[in-house]
Amino acid sequence: MCGRGSSRADRNVSKPADERGAVGEGRWLWPSFALPGVVWLLILFVTPFYALIAMAMGITDPIFGDTLPVWNPLHWNYATFGDVLGEIFTGQLGVVFLRTLVYVVAATALSLLIGYPVAYYVARHAGRYRVLLLLLIIAPFWINYLMRMLAWVNLLATDGYVNQILMFTGIFDAPREWLVGKPETVVLGLVYGYVPFLILPLFAALDRIDQRVIEAARDLGASPAQAFFRVTLPLSYQGMLAGCVIIMLPMFGDYYTATLLSGSPKTNMIAKLIEQNINASAGGNTGAALTIILMVFVGLLMTYYLFSVARATREARS
Amino acid sequence: MSAPAERNTALTRLGTWWANPWGQPRFLVIFTWAYVLWSLVPVAVAVLFGFNDGRSRSTWQGFSLRWYIQDPDLSVLHDPSLRDALLQSLKLAGLTMLIATPLGVALAIGLARWRGRGARPANFLMLFPLVTPEIVMGVSLFLVFVYLFGFIQLGTQAQLLGHVTFTVSYVVIVVRGRLFAIGREYEEAAMDLGASQWQAIRMVLLPMLAPAIWASLMIAFAISIDDFVITAFLMGDQSSATIPVKLYSAARAAPSPALNALASILLFASMLAIGIALLVMRRSRKKEGAKQSAVEDFARLEI
Repeated sequence: MCGRGSSRADRNVSKPADERGAVGEGRWLWPSFALPGVVWLLILFVTPFYALIAMAMGITDPIFGDTLPVWNPLHWNYATFGDVLGEIFTGQLGVVFLRTLVYVVAATALSLLIGYPVAYYVARHAGRYRVLLLLLIIAPFWINYLMRMLAWVNLLATDGYVNQILMFTGIFDAPREWLVGKPETVVLGLVYGYVPFLILPLFAALDRIDQRVIEAARDLGASPAQAFFRVTLPLSYQGMLAGCVIIMLPMFGDYYTATLLSGSPKTNMIAKLIEQNINASAGGNTGAALTIILMVFVGLLMTYYLFSVARATREARS
Repeated sequence: MSAPAERNTALTRLGTWWANPWGQPRFLVIFTWAYVLWSLVPVAVAVLFGFNDGRSRSTWQGFSLRWYIQDPDLSVLHDPSLRDALLQSLKLAGLTMLIATPLGVALAIGLARWRGRGARPANFLMLFPLVTPEIVMGVSLFLVFVYLFGFIQLGTQAQLLGHVTFTVSYVVIVVRGRLFAIGREYEEAAMDLGASQWQAIRMVLLPMLAPAIWASLMIAFAISIDDFVITAFLMGDQSSATIPVKLYSAARAAPSPALNALASILLFASMLAIGIALLVMRRSRKKEGAKQSAVEDFARLEI
């Protein structure tokens, strides 16, 4: 903020007494604006995390059999955590973790394949349709995720339009049961659900690329394809990374897509186990431990995203 | 007579377009529009079947408002569980909007202007809810309300507190963009002309922030009404189920066109809120003679 220094200096010359007051007032003024929000987040965002840890390190009530958190770190019980970690490396939990990873990576790769051409076209070639296309691309953001899944539940039903079309065109002779334990349905559902969230950051990154850089490459003899692969594509890596992180974070915590589009334990993702455990009276410790493990697992993605947003903030500020 | 002729010219035009080597990259044009159709047509079909006269969700039996208002037992208006879900959604989103917006606006102003030692950690704290997977927040909030803040009931109270917690950061992001664009010059000019700090905030800064505040009210509403995970975890009993929760529990178990109707109402509500937010942003943009459209700014929010 370049204007600040000079106007301060001017005021210093004319009204030194007032300036002293402004500084004294200024020191507490802005923090006091931030205070209510910060306190809110400390009580309702940070404290709940402690409750999560206390629950993961908690005990099972010997009489009633339900689980209880342990608030004092000195009395923490690490047994549940150890059991869960053991299960991940050797038992059934590992399978679910691996399945979640495979689904998320497959869905992210597909989303990138679909999202990149769309973002590229809208950012660089859409011309007079640009605003309209952007509007249509933003629209799914504000359509409820579960409604978008409900739409596919309707379409993929045994007598739904997808089967009707496939049978009409002769691709299938009999209707296919899309909605019972089909991994491909779940992955496509994830792609359908999250691809808009990838397109927007990608669009922003592609839009930021200076047109003249590409023209320079063409002037220096690059073919359109070379200009794309050696200039545009490398310049959009940041946007691709940001987009992938943005959609991978919620995908790792997604349990509803698989429930709605498959409903079979064979396609359960890790978050489904968390939901089931937390809602069972004896599963609290396990559910909390799984939540922490999931969070540590996606911690790298979270850190990357956090720092990239913070960096963007600093750039906007200066 | 004219129909085949028209089709002919359309076909010719399509042919010329396809053969024109200087036009836009054709693969990209087709791919992009196909994507847009793929992303929106399923939802449009779902909305359409909310207006179906019959019970089917895959055979069109004529237009009616049966599932909205007419059916005496099963319509959104008359089925108490659907109607309550709608009311709970509206109540929660309305209250969230009213609490989260002032809280977020103050936090945005504080964080944008504060240069002290605590500013950086406070900024990170604000960003954290944006990157935390919702299930983590949902589970943590559930545990804290059950085991630590026992005086807060699961249900509407807990849901409201949870919604405000994850909405505040979005409000901050929306307002902050505007704050950065304004800079401090106007307030300082006002103070040089004799306004106190408070007067400068009240009479200069807040009016200039008004479009962003309106937009964030609407965005807070839309985010809150769309939420599923945190709402579901903090739900006490069925009386505090919202529309998304109903969609989740009934989509496979008891689907009926009334569910499509309920989902469509949710869609209309959030589209209305976002439409208003866009219009407000566009009007302020126009007044200032900015070149970019509000839609583009919206797309760049990166939330």
